[in-house]
Amino acid sequence: MSERHFVPKSDVEYTKADFTSDQMVKWCPGCGDHAILSSLLNTFPKTHTKKENIVMVSGIGCSSRIPYYVDTYGFHSIHGRACAIATGVKLANPALSVWVNMGDGDSMAIGGNHLIHAIRRNQDLNITIFNNEIYGLTKGQYSPTTKFGQVTKTSPYGTIDYPFNPGELVMGAQGTFFARTLDCVPALTTDVMERAAQHDGASVVEVLQNCMIFNDKTHAAITDRAVRDDRTIVLEHGKPMIFGKEKNKGLRFNGRQLEAVVIGENGVTIDDIMIHDETIEDTGIHMMLAHMGGDLPVALGVIRNVKKTSYTQLYEDQMDEQMTNGKYKCVDDLLNSGDTWEV
Amino acid sequence: MSQDQIVNKDDLVVRFAGDSGDGMQLSGTLFSDASALTGNDIATFPDYPAEIRAPHNTIAGVSGYQVHVGSHIYSSGDKCDILVAMNPAAFKSQLKWAKKGATVIVDADTFTPDALEKAGYNENPFTEEFERAYTIVHAPITSFTAKIGESQGVDKKTTEKCRNMFALGMIFFLTNKTLEKTFAYLERKFAKKPDVVKLNKAVLSEGYEYAEKLELIHSKIVSIANADKMEHGRYRNITGNVATAWGLLAASERSGRRLFLGSYPITPATDVMVELAKHKSLGARVFQAEDEIAGICSAIGASFAGALACTSTSGPGLSLKSEALGLAVMTELPLVVVDVQRGGPSTGLPTKTEQSDLNQALYGRNGEAPLIVVAASSSANCFYWAYTAAKLALEHMTPVILLTDGYLGNGSQLFRIPKVADLPAITPRLAKPNDPNFRPFRRDPETFAREWALPGMEGLRHRVGGLEKCPDGPLSTDPENHALMTKNRQEKVDRVANYIPDQEVTGNPDADLLVVGWGGTSGALTLAVEEMNNEGKKVAYTHFNYICPLPKNTGDILRKYKKIVVCELNNGQFAGYLRTQYPECPMTQYNKVMGLPFEVGELKDEFNKLLGE
Repeated sequence: MSERHFVPKSDVEYTKADFTSDQMVKWCPGCGDHAILSSLLNTFPKTHTKKENIVMVSGIGCSSRIPYYVDTYGFHSIHGRACAIATGVKLANPALSVWVNMGDGDSMAIGGNHLIHAIRRNQDLNITIFNNEIYGLTKGQYSPTTKFGQVTKTSPYGTIDYPFNPGELVMGAQGTFFARTLDCVPALTTDVMERAAQHDGASVVEVLQNCMIFNDKTHAAITDRAVRDDRTIVLEHGKPMIFGKEKNKGLRFNGRQLEAVVIGENGVTIDDIMIHDETIEDTGIHMMLAHMGGDLPVALGVIRNVKKTSYTQLYEDQMDEQMTNGKYKCVDDLLNSGDTWEV
Repeated sequence: MSQDQIVNKDDLVVRFAGDSGDGMQLSGTLFSDASALTGNDIATFPDYPAEIRAPHNTIAGVSGYQVHVGSHIYSSGDKCDILVAMNPAAFKSQLKWAKKGATVIVDADTFTPDALEKAGYNENPFTEEFERAYTIVHAPITSFTAKIGESQGVDKKTTEKCRNMFALGMIFFLTNKTLEKTFAYLERKFAKKPDVVKLNKAVLSEGYEYAEKLELIHSKIVSIANADKMEHGRYRNITGNVATAWGLLAASERSGRRLFLGSYPITPATDVMVELAKHKSLGARVFQAEDEIAGICSAIGASFAGALACTSTSGPGLSLKSEALGLAVMTELPLVVVDVQRGGPSTGLPTKTEQSDLNQALYGRNGEAPLIVVAASSSANCFYWAYTAAKLALEHMTPVILLTDGYLGNGSQLFRIPKVADLPAITPRLAKPNDPNFRPFRRDPETFAREWALPGMEGLRHRVGGLEKCPDGPLSTDPENHALMTKNRQEKVDRVANYIPDQEVTGNPDADLLVVGWGGTSGALTLAVEEMNNEGKKVAYTHFNYICPLPKNTGDILRKYKKIVVCELNNGQFAGYLRTQYPECPMTQYNKVMGLPFEVGELKDEFNKLLGE
């Protein structure tokens, strides 16, 4: 099956300013959403997509206000349904570049069903999940990603809900693209968003985002400058999985699981360190990478990027085939088909 | 039996009943097709259980299919002239649908002690009294069919599936029809299985010959095919659900907008999606969503992107779509929601008909959320009401709910085939690219509809959403703006009344009694009123298809009559709606909530009672 591209490229060289809307941005000062918006606005010019062909679809929540702040077509819909609405937009007009923005509650609680099915179909959508592990717009209730045991307004004795890891959900739903980034590293965010846009099929970017009002520092254990290099690893396709301030730590597969090792200690050499391959079809290793945390560094960058014919292409191929070779050329043909008679 | 022993009738009702797997729906369809091809008008009523294959020989598993044929048919008929019962359970549960004196054909081989017990009989059901009241034919359908199967070397299981053909053959003889058309159908359907074709044809012929030789049957009952009464043109048979699907296809072609259907399977609406899924060659973009909510949400997304967007469902599914319907109202996007109503509440009676979603259609959303509601009133006119729903949605930029029901959707009728070019034009309110005056909620001064600017169009970038906006587009929580936008959304729907025809009164307009109906009940109501006027009684009748807004002359009509009876298959939802609009008009109600359509007889009893009061 030959690969087809449905979104036309633009000849115009856009800048970030071309995508900045005239609306006042109303997020709290210091909110991680500002940085994500900025990264997104920096991404659009790099995709060379005609401005008119970009559609931003969101659900409900703080992050879902984003369509108002981007000067494209936009749809600020209802809670949890952004993926479903975006699917309709793309099916009605495959020439549109469709971006979906949701928070953790929006995408994985009320909208969980739509998210996994959009991923399963490999519908050509660029999905960004702003994960601050809390319901911010309703002022501080626990979400499906809130850490186990955390005290929030609706869990005064600590949550007893085990959280979702968005990456694992993506893998479980046979997702073809998953990347993770931090709101406070805009260059990485722009980089993975650009990669997501290039991907044919459903791409999911999880941004670990800080809500300074209701869940401040929830990601601090990995994002603080003092620890970031040791607690995170930025994966790059084809390169050894090395991390740490001194760039001397790496990931090794010990036959049972991943482990962090120090190069030069206990006989470990660079040759022992795993090479990242984002294109492996089997989800096993990507699942392990997405799962990392605790003693292992949290994986950032593009964790999985697998080629699989997108729903968009499968759909359009069938449409084209039927439009060309199908039985009926117009509705009159259909009305007069089969058993009919004259009175 | 000779040819002169033919009893001619204006109309004839045949009911096929058997186990869910006995092929009764197919027998009924083939009989109605053969009747239609010989110039009869037809209406059918499939009456089947929700269970796909309930335990064999039980009443729970009985599936029925009633066919009404004749010169001018409005409904599927109250009771049948000929009943086919393939087992004791079918006989027991369906006999109530047979007229006194009807011909009852049973498969005698199935009346075993075991099957009789399963059907709940303690003794022989064929009492002397019964045999006197009906013409009963004990036909050895199973054993005769088995013999043919054996002689052709076909396995038992395949042979058993052909029993319905034997019964159909008998009916064809009894109603003086030839077998050719059905032979042709079988050849088409089983083109790749010549032995199945051969067997079915042989069984069908055997049934025909068996009936011919039968001394019990003294006469054929033949409906008069009176083609003169029918409007000239090309005709076909069509079910309501297929007609709905085709109406949407026609609207798509005529409006130049891609057709999108986002739906989730639900009885009895599924066939709308099944039908449209076949027609990619006509540009139908069908999406089977992960749930009802995704069905409507994908349609709303498609509408934003410029499609003629639709979703099809039934009662519980409409409940799930409520929030998204509010979004379509708020964003003022065109959307057609087809609700093939069934018995409720909750899962209710999935395979039975009812009109009890009216309140949900009118009011089932949060906030002030007006939209257009229309209702089809026959299986065939589902085509025109689907078309009309699409036209209204596209021209007035609003969601439209089309109410049909299980009776219309699954039932079939003759359909006079129109030319798409002869259908009324549809002019979507598309914005002009780079129009400097474009504002997302700027309204047409006549219709109050906003303009539709599609992603991909240059210079019209804008945002829509569930939050209140001001006319220029941006968000607004200003109290005066919310009041204005609320008023304008209502005004837009109210003004649709300027674009729809006046309500008509039929029967005897000078009567004291006005019968009011809406939606799928028009067949039985029309016939009841017609028969009463023919009997010298005076009854006027008005039937509503435009529900919200109502035609402008509705009040004038209602105020004219001393007595009004609103007839509907619910507890009085339309009556309640009319009372809120026309509190000055006293109305009585006639309601039925049994999962069944009205019968002409019960309607006439009620109207006679009202006339006598």
